[in-house]
Amino acid sequence: MAEEEKVELQQLKHENQDLPQVLVLGSPTCLQTLKQLYSHKFRFLIPNTSLDSLYPLTAPLSSISAVICSASFSITAPVLRLLPSLRLVVTTSAGTDHIDLNECGCRGIQVAGAGKLFSDEVADMAVGLLIDVMRRVSAADRFVRTICEAATWDFPLGYKISGKRIGIVGLGSIGMEVAKRLECFGCTILYHSKHKKSAVSYPFYNSVIDLAATSNALVLCCALNEETRHIVNREVMLALGKEGFIVNVGRGSLIDEKQLVKFLMDGEIGGAALDVFEDEPNVPKELLSMDNVVLTPHCAAFTSECIIKLCELVAGNIEASLSDKPLITQVKW
Amino acid sequence: MDSELPALLVLGPPMVFKLFQSHYSHKYRFLNAFSSHLPLPEFLQTQQTHPSSVRAILCNPRQPVTADVIRSLPSLGIVATTTVGADHIDTAECRRRGIQVVTLGSQFAPDVADMAVALLIDVMFKISAGDRFAKKSIHFKPWSFPSGSKLGGKRVGIIGLGRIGGEVAKRLEAFDCIIMYHSRNKNPSVSYTFYSNVVDLASNSDVLILCCPLTEQTKYIVNKEVMLALGKGGIIVNVGRGALIDEKELVQCLMKGEIRGAGLDVFENEPNVPKELFSLDNVVLSPHAGAITLDCFMDACEHVAKSFDAFFSS
Repeated sequence: MAEEEKVELQQLKHENQDLPQVLVLGSPTCLQTLKQLYSHKFRFLIPNTSLDSLYPLTAPLSSISAVICSASFSITAPVLRLLPSLRLVVTTSAGTDHIDLNECGCRGIQVAGAGKLFSDEVADMAVGLLIDVMRRVSAADRFVRTICEAATWDFPLGYKISGKRIGIVGLGSIGMEVAKRLECFGCTILYHSKHKKSAVSYPFYNSVIDLAATSNALVLCCALNEETRHIVNREVMLALGKEGFIVNVGRGSLIDEKQLVKFLMDGEIGGAALDVFEDEPNVPKELLSMDNVVLTPHCAAFTSECIIKLCELVAGNIEASLSDKPLITQVKW
Repeated sequence: MDSELPALLVLGPPMVFKLFQSHYSHKYRFLNAFSSHLPLPEFLQTQQTHPSSVRAILCNPRQPVTADVIRSLPSLGIVATTTVGADHIDTAECRRRGIQVVTLGSQFAPDVADMAVALLIDVMFKISAGDRFAKKSIHFKPWSFPSGSKLGGKRVGIIGLGRIGGEVAKRLEAFDCIIMYHSRNKNPSVSYTFYSNVVDLASNSDVLILCCPLTEQTKYIVNKEVMLALGKGGIIVNVGRGALIDEKELVQCLMKGEIRGAGLDVFENEPNVPKELFSLDNVVLSPHAGAITLDCFMDACEHVAKSFDAFFSS
């Protein structure tokens, strides 16, 4: 890396230079609010360009003990090697697939995430996306905005929601909130999870293919890890069938995206509603013109109420770590 | 053979007509008045049909069954509409003549309720706007789209707690919304807070959902005063009839930000939609699709066919 490409860290001018330093990586959306609310408690060190790697930073990283990162910055082993005093990583996401949890564990670095903070919002959005793709709400909105005046409203039929069988992949806190909502729409809830949950009465399916074969729609709510990568693959999509729908509010890589695009183009599945993509912010261009596809720019969790609660949670986790107290939302590995 | 089948005058046409025709062409001689610009008596002449042999009408709001239409058909005995509402039929004239009016029952209440909730979530989370944004942008900055709001804790004022209103309430309770309502009368079997005055309901709500029929009393029930009482953070969802809202005022309020947003499945003058709404991101527009699913269509066809069967065999 050339000298002139090295990057300075912004340090907010502050009277009290003794405040604990916190390195902020990946430009989290809540950063503005974080600065507004907590600059009197922490000294935020922010690279003055957006980086996806630590290498160009010139400020001494050896004293950094806490890092806040967004889901778009990968905390890998090489990154951790540059931060020898690191004790805490706080991610502003519920997902932790961008963090090498094993490596953190080996180094005695604690990790905190957003926990259940976004569960209601993401569940609301998942239900909204499901009804949208089955009842063609966004497509109809487009139709109304672009039809000629006084044209008749002959709009393609959607699918009734009530009575449909919804297969939830991942019955964690988001999955449970989705289930609770969809039951009131008269849907039958089925699920696949790593383990059967004894406290719920919904039918459990050990195999995602079997779940797909008996479901009208799959709603993906699970975390992304080695076991769940491409959990919705070609076989699962074929089992779901030509009138089946997929909603993804987890992570893009839960689905074999290339295969999904091909099946959507060939009419092998009924439609999809996606808040997440394998390679954000890139969206497969074939999807852009499809009426049976609803796309949202990874915004399920971002509501104004959430941002403040998230900042409080982030600050709370850092304070807990600094005073050797248990973290509020520790992620175990 | 054809002339032995009872004549069925079709006005509108209803959206389900293609489906109905494909299933029941062996039962009726269809007189497709919707495809003609001729006045009714002349149209019937072109069909070699005397007005006195028309006993049944199948219609929808696109082509009203007025007193004139009814008077020109002396043998008319049944008018079936594929809607729940009958405000496009001169029901007073039908009563005078002893003509049976058949509407769809409340069997589609769950579907209309699903649509109401979908429109609300869409406006709260900006799903359709996000879909437009994502499909235009190709490369978007993740999580940079303006934020939405969750439903939990929101106060939802339902106007008209009938079958549809009840289904909407049931769904939104699962999202942890607080349900309140205005109806003609307080319903003693529900525990939701009742408001006898719509302005008071609006002042205490974050969301208003219109689920009531259109009558003289409910026309423009949501007027400027109600919208201002709802306030800048408020959202309106209409799955009832367009004229429940003063549409001109609604458009102004939406453009000026006097209310936060609206989800509209119905309009005052369908299929015309105020063009000012087309460029707004805080509005979701639906082409009266509350009950537009194949299951609903099949059920509607069967319901109407049963009514005609009973009529023609009596």
